[in-house]
Amino acid sequence: MADKKSLTFVLMDPPFENPRTTTALRLIDLAVRRGHDVNVFAYEGAVYVAFAKQTPHANAVHGRDVEQEDHPIPKDWVAAILAEGVKSGSKIDWVQCGLCVDERGAGECVEGPRRGSPADLLKFAETSDNTLVIPTK
Amino acid sequence: MSKYLLIESRDAFESNDVAQFWELAASLARQGDTVTLFLVQNGVLPARPSTRSEALSALTKAGVQVLADEFSLRERGIRTERLAAGVKASPLDVVIDQLAEGRKALWH
Repeated sequence: MADKKSLTFVLMDPPFENPRTTTALRLIDLAVRRGHDVNVFAYEGAVYVAFAKQTPHANAVHGRDVEQEDHPIPKDWVAAILAEGVKSGSKIDWVQCGLCVDERGAGECVEGPRRGSPADLLKFAETSDNTLVIPTK
Repeated sequence: MSKYLLIESRDAFESNDVAQFWELAASLARQGDTVTLFLVQNGVLPARPSTRSEALSALTKAGVQVLADEFSLRERGIRTERLAAGVKASPLDVVIDQLAEGRKALWH
């Protein structure tokens, strides 16, 4: 990819609560599909976006089983993005803020993200071509 | 002159500070900067002709490129052929293009 860039996305929101998580993952997915190198710094509630114990559920109110409900699970989206990176040649460095992880007991995440600190965010901001901070409201 | 990408995710009917973000876009354009205002999530609601859309159209006359995320429009049942004057539907890819281009990006 001739115009390969390095883009950093900073996520703060927990999953399942607002559309910012969906939009953030859409953006990261697009960047990866285009072959850009992508850094993600997930902090505060966003460390739960890749949390491994998210579980799809049925919907008794609407009489749908787990398969019919097809509940969207962010950890699966993260895993899909990481897999897409292998195909597109995009290097993805997904950092989970360690302090935020410990506070929330969110240590178990899908394979790929690594534990880090705000020092990683500083390094990302200094070394990438651009940074988009998606703050909580 | 600088190039800016301003991303508005909030509903102008819900948050009064949306108008301030729009004014920031207009101010930057007036001083000669290149500005894209990208509407996403509930930020696309004023793109449907309404009491707030006139101000959005005024931005385009001030030189701001105003784009509305196609997916967000579709989610909310807003037809792309009936957007406020000057506002154009756009795929989210534009955000990646402009980030890669090095634009100064601000999310609200």
